[in-house]
Amino acid sequence: MLHSSIDRAAHATPPVLARRITGLSDRAIAWIFVAPSIVLLLAINIFPLIWTVRLSFTNFRVNRPNEPVQFVGLRNYLNILTDKDIWLTMQATAHFLIWTIVLQVLIGFALAYLINKKFRGNDLWTTIIVLPMMLSPAVVGNFWTFLYQPQIGLFNYAIGFLTGADPSSFSMIGDTSLAPWAIIIVDTWMWTPFVMLICLAGLRSIPSSIYEAAECDRASNWRQFWTITIPMVLPFLMLAILFRGIENFKMFDLVVQLTGGGPGSITELTSINLKREAFEKWRTGYASAYAVILFVTVFGLASIYVKALNKVKQR
Amino acid sequence: MSSFSVTEPSARQKWFAGALVVMYAVITILPLLWIIGTGFKSPSDAIAYPPKTFFEPTLEGYVNLFTTRTRVSEDQLKEMGEPKTWYERLVRKDGLIIAGPSRFPERFYNSVIIGFGSTVLCIVLGTAAAYAFSRFKVPLKDDLLFFILSTRMMPPIAVAIPIFLMFRSLGLNDTHAGMILLYTAVNLSLSVWLLKGFIDEIPIEYEEAALIDGYTRFQAFYKVVLPQAATGIASTAIFCLIFAWNEYAFAVLLTSGTAQTAPPFIPTIIGVGGQDWPAVAAGATLFLVPVMVFTILLRKHLLRGITFGAVRK
Repeated sequence: MLHSSIDRAAHATPPVLARRITGLSDRAIAWIFVAPSIVLLLAINIFPLIWTVRLSFTNFRVNRPNEPVQFVGLRNYLNILTDKDIWLTMQATAHFLIWTIVLQVLIGFALAYLINKKFRGNDLWTTIIVLPMMLSPAVVGNFWTFLYQPQIGLFNYAIGFLTGADPSSFSMIGDTSLAPWAIIIVDTWMWTPFVMLICLAGLRSIPSSIYEAAECDRASNWRQFWTITIPMVLPFLMLAILFRGIENFKMFDLVVQLTGGGPGSITELTSINLKREAFEKWRTGYASAYAVILFVTVFGLASIYVKALNKVKQR
Repeated sequence: MSSFSVTEPSARQKWFAGALVVMYAVITILPLLWIIGTGFKSPSDAIAYPPKTFFEPTLEGYVNLFTTRTRVSEDQLKEMGEPKTWYERLVRKDGLIIAGPSRFPERFYNSVIIGFGSTVLCIVLGTAAAYAFSRFKVPLKDDLLFFILSTRMMPPIAVAIPIFLMFRSLGLNDTHAGMILLYTAVNLSLSVWLLKGFIDEIPIEYEEAALIDGYTRFQAFYKVVLPQAATGIASTAIFCLIFAWNEYAFAVLLTSGTAQTAPPFIPTIIGVGGQDWPAVAAGATLFLVPVMVFTILLRKHLLRGITFGAVRK
């Protein structure tokens, strides 16, 4: 008690000192330092968002600026929610989201677990595994279309080599049944290291004394894994899932370059569908309503998820 | 007698774990090596079956990346006679003659300008805001910080329409200035959160000592805090640079010529009958290798950067 009050007294700027500080007051400096960032974010993020909401109630079209703009109320929203294609898009997005998260969590955790065994040279290999994550998804996605070429593509050749299938008999981005998996494979290749790094941080945060105590209690390795390792890493894993979920819900660049939403519209994720509405069909009002729905969905799901995450952390 | 620990894996476990990880690493690095390799292949080697691991390296891909060619008629070719030197053979290939430079250098230069410009702005604004959030009682601090973070959740396409309209009326469409401002706004959340974490770690006593010595607040900030935060600022800068460098969605929607960056451009490199893969791979190599180098340099701070400072080692 006494100590904490002494500490507080020591940390507060002493009054004698406060009078001696010259120049701008702290308050003025705080404002001057924060204001530019806030102004920029308001101008380039918040103002456009409000504009999007406003446009979503109109029938405005960017490519016909001279047409009178009419206020149509909630019609855009109703049209979207009753449109069959939108639900197909949502399905494609859900398929992509669920499988990328499942695969990345499983592979990422397994890799982290193995790297945590501290074998020689693990730093070097970790760095190599992490490389794809930092590269431009658009450029890399474009090159993967080459790897996915039937016959001449490296991917098809490797699959043929391993399974005996004819490498020219299937096309990862041309067949409707395979295209959803084509984008999942590339996304998993790129982002598994992200989950791996977070899991590794989780594993390294577990004090070894816990395992030593479990060892004294004669707990089997299997049991230690389920009662110590998994619960301790879980908050980290959930954080990784949150990041991947938000990122993949917004997924655009990689998939545009890989499949462009095709073949047909089997890999048309929400962002790609939105781009078609806004910048190919030029239905600005409709696309704006779509954007609002997307943003509210992401924000709502993320908020619910963060609450759950905090509960796990408090356990 | 070495100290016995139950948590230390056995030599066999280590070997087994190492073997699995190395296997995965080899598979994961293959596509990247393939990109770099394809850049040095001739077009016929690039589409050979089975895919060639060993080939005669050539710079054709790089030549095609930096030049455009035009077709000339048989008569004109005859007039020129047989190509004598390697240089002439390079200029005239399959009845196509190098006509001039391609757009690749311009696009690459745009990426550099926009990347560095937005990084500098991001660091200046971000450091100032992070310092204020870290050291002062800013009203509504937590709300503001969360607001800054939430700007990251927006799909770029969702705000692209109004930004497109706004830029059009301000004359910022397809300009360096417009893209620099936009990328700064996109990366500001990252820079503020990361830098706040780094500044929080600097003991406040240093500044107090400086203030006692009669420095003003501002002097204390740039003579004491900035040098202490130098490593953090440098790694944050590299993250901002990489993200601006890689960005595609805004670039493809808001630039078409003057300010177009490399990511929307590289996939459009066309040869005869489809994409010219060696040239695409050459462009991709020049574009990706700097980022690979940065990633290797950053590996200590990587986790922090990609999780906005949420996870620290």
